[in-house]
Amino acid sequence: MDMSQYLEIFIEETREHLQILNQCLLQMEKNPDDTSMLNEVFRVAHTLKGMSGTMGFTRMSRLTHDMEDVLHALRNNEIKVSPQLIDLLFKCLDALEGYNAKVIETSTEGTDDNTELITALAELLKNRDTENVQKQAESKAPAAGTGGVVSSDLVLDQYDVNIINKAADMGNNTLQITVKLNKGCVLKSARAFIVFKTLERHAEIIKSEPKVQDIEDEQFDFEFTVIVLTKSDEDLLKKDLNSIAEVDDVIIKLIKEKNKNSTLPVAEVFTAIEQSQGMDADKKDTAARNEKNETAGKKTKTGKTVRVDIDRLDVLLNLVSELIIQKTRLEGLEGIERTQQHNEAIEYLERITTNLHDAVMKVRMVPVETVFNRFPRMIRDISKELGKEVELIMSGEETELDRTVIDEIGDPLIHLLRNSCDHGIESREERKSLGKPESGRIELKAYQDGNNVVIEVGDDGQGINVEKVKKKAIDRGLISKELAVNLSKKDTIDFLFKPSFSTADHITDLSGRGVGLDVVKTKIETLGGMVEVETELGSGSRFFIRLPLTLAIIQALLVMVGDEKYAIQLSSVHKITNILPSDIKTVQNQEVVMYRNTVIPVVRLDEVLEVPRENAQEQKTLTLVIVKKGERLTGFVVDRIIGQQEIVQKSLGRFFTGIKVITSATILGDGNVALILDVNALAN
Amino acid sequence: MAEQNISEAKKHLIFKLDNNEFGIDINKITTIIEKDMNITRVPKLPAFLKGVINLRGEIIPVVSLRSRFGLAEDAYDEDTRIIIIKLDEFSAGIIVDSVAEVIELNEETTENIANITGEHSLDYITGVGKVNERIITLLNLEKLVSLEEG
Repeated sequence: MDMSQYLEIFIEETREHLQILNQCLLQMEKNPDDTSMLNEVFRVAHTLKGMSGTMGFTRMSRLTHDMEDVLHALRNNEIKVSPQLIDLLFKCLDALEGYNAKVIETSTEGTDDNTELITALAELLKNRDTENVQKQAESKAPAAGTGGVVSSDLVLDQYDVNIINKAADMGNNTLQITVKLNKGCVLKSARAFIVFKTLERHAEIIKSEPKVQDIEDEQFDFEFTVIVLTKSDEDLLKKDLNSIAEVDDVIIKLIKEKNKNSTLPVAEVFTAIEQSQGMDADKKDTAARNEKNETAGKKTKTGKTVRVDIDRLDVLLNLVSELIIQKTRLEGLEGIERTQQHNEAIEYLERITTNLHDAVMKVRMVPVETVFNRFPRMIRDISKELGKEVELIMSGEETELDRTVIDEIGDPLIHLLRNSCDHGIESREERKSLGKPESGRIELKAYQDGNNVVIEVGDDGQGINVEKVKKKAIDRGLISKELAVNLSKKDTIDFLFKPSFSTADHITDLSGRGVGLDVVKTKIETLGGMVEVETELGSGSRFFIRLPLTLAIIQALLVMVGDEKYAIQLSSVHKITNILPSDIKTVQNQEVVMYRNTVIPVVRLDEVLEVPRENAQEQKTLTLVIVKKGERLTGFVVDRIIGQQEIVQKSLGRFFTGIKVITSATILGDGNVALILDVNALAN
Repeated sequence: MAEQNISEAKKHLIFKLDNNEFGIDINKITTIIEKDMNITRVPKLPAFLKGVINLRGEIIPVVSLRSRFGLAEDAYDEDTRIIIIKLDEFSAGIIVDSVAEVIELNEETTENIANITGEHSLDYITGVGKVNERIITLLNLEKLVSLEEG
């Protein structure tokens, strides 16, 4: 069978399951006694086994199978949760992630057998055998018992007996059928379903062991037993059932008609059975029920969802964007008579498109949890590696961001977290001598703030040594000694985000900060966001990443420069004002203008953007768009203001990634393309 | 399998540039548009990149083959076309003097570039096809629309 069409679903689901596994293992490490986590881990391993088996990924299936064995032993209290065990399970998780990565790359699982892990898992089980002989004997006996006995009789209650009696009165036979599936059967529940369907053609199923729900959830070994009422022949049923693929054996037993006489003797017949098997079955039953309750609880949480390819959402968003462009065009149409009705229709259209856009954007929103949830593991690994004790406190995981942003912020956050761990948090001894708690704290917070989402990465480490940064900047020739003296803390810290600061050799001098921070900054800025830092020497630093809620549609100010139209994001526009050419003064080769008693730099857009000009003529007044970047103001000289407009941001594609002054483009109502200016880059 | 034999004779779109004929594998062409739309200039680009256009809501960069090949820019006329090509999920337009026809070229009529040296940078050329005494230069599209200079 061609499986390629399921590959994507497989990859996606595997990723999700591995994520759950990751979380559960972390939980287990914290609370080794939490059995609910164990059950969850078991369930995930089991599902993964089934999925990879179906796809024909035998190595993956093998590994999960062995994991399952160990987890099973854990669940039966045959072995105990130990740090080594958790480490091993984490390694298995990594191996599975490796398989999945391979599948993504090559559509095959690769050739890594991970034999070490498999032997390690087997070793664990062997240890159990030697160490807990007694315990094992206790726990295994019943297990083996139930395993073997399932084929024996079912426990019938009074209700079942009544039904059987009634059916017998109507000339039905009562059969107890045990079906054994092939051990290599991958989709057990699907097979069982076929068996049920086949049976239902001839008979009525009144009871099954395990319960139907459990069978559907694949919560059974390779056999199950049902009691059916039928008028058909025993042999016919047997023949039909044997013809189903992967059915190894069918045992059919006739339950005698003496049931007919009265209810009492039957009850007696079955009490015997109950006694033979009773206690174990009961226990198993309640265990199964508990498990079922748990999964049921889980299910209610997920609710009704549809899995949709992100590409389809992109198509939808594009269509909505087109609609908004056309709406804008309609608004701007000239030469038509504007009546009251016309205006009302346009206003109504505007409301609808805005709502539609909001709705589509909401669909694309993903909680930051999807990025955050890999961090606890990462911090765990890093802190172990560094021999530091670090506690990661996360909050606001439910804060939502656009999918495109989510996909991109992972790396910058990893960078910041690593930095905090590596250079922010001091060693255990150092912390002790400073009177800080031995265990360092890293806080990862996400929250919405107006039209932005803020992600904070804070630590209670040593903070940034501003003086050292200043010294470094002077050494590097980035600033003169005289200027450095009066440099504000904020401006100094900005040096950390300069590319030249990230070169590896001098990291230690700078208490490490600045490692690749320029990369973080660039990434965040391409996403339309900002990075800010707060730091206190000795008590820690805090990085703020401010991201726009949505990337696609923004309010913009359209301006003319020469014959070209450009868009400036409205949120960064501070004020528009007219000035005289003579207001512009030159200070240290930089054109500046006085604005509300402060000196702000002036950027002539036509020069920076290399706008071709025929017969440049001196204008009497200049239009100055003052933009705000953080706390800093910059004035852009433009030719004319067109106005405010809702525009749809379109990526320029990788072709233009090297161009610093442009972030993206938009399509105007007349079908032409206008470029959106990168205010941050231009203001520098 | 029969299909594959046919596909060896690949269809190529022939276009003209400065009286030379060039060919592009037709499977890589999305559409051909007349050069009547505004190209928005993008600052800080090499000269051969003319800017971007809006093609049905998608923003597509446009390359001038004339300036890519170091030929004189001549005025656009009614024959000027923009051929939109698609390469690995990424589209670009190339401006040509005119579009001629579609010709089938198979391996026998195509010659490897190793045997040829020419005035245009070899990087852009994958081979030369010969049909009825006409010489058609086959272009390496990936190279043509990459940002690297010649």
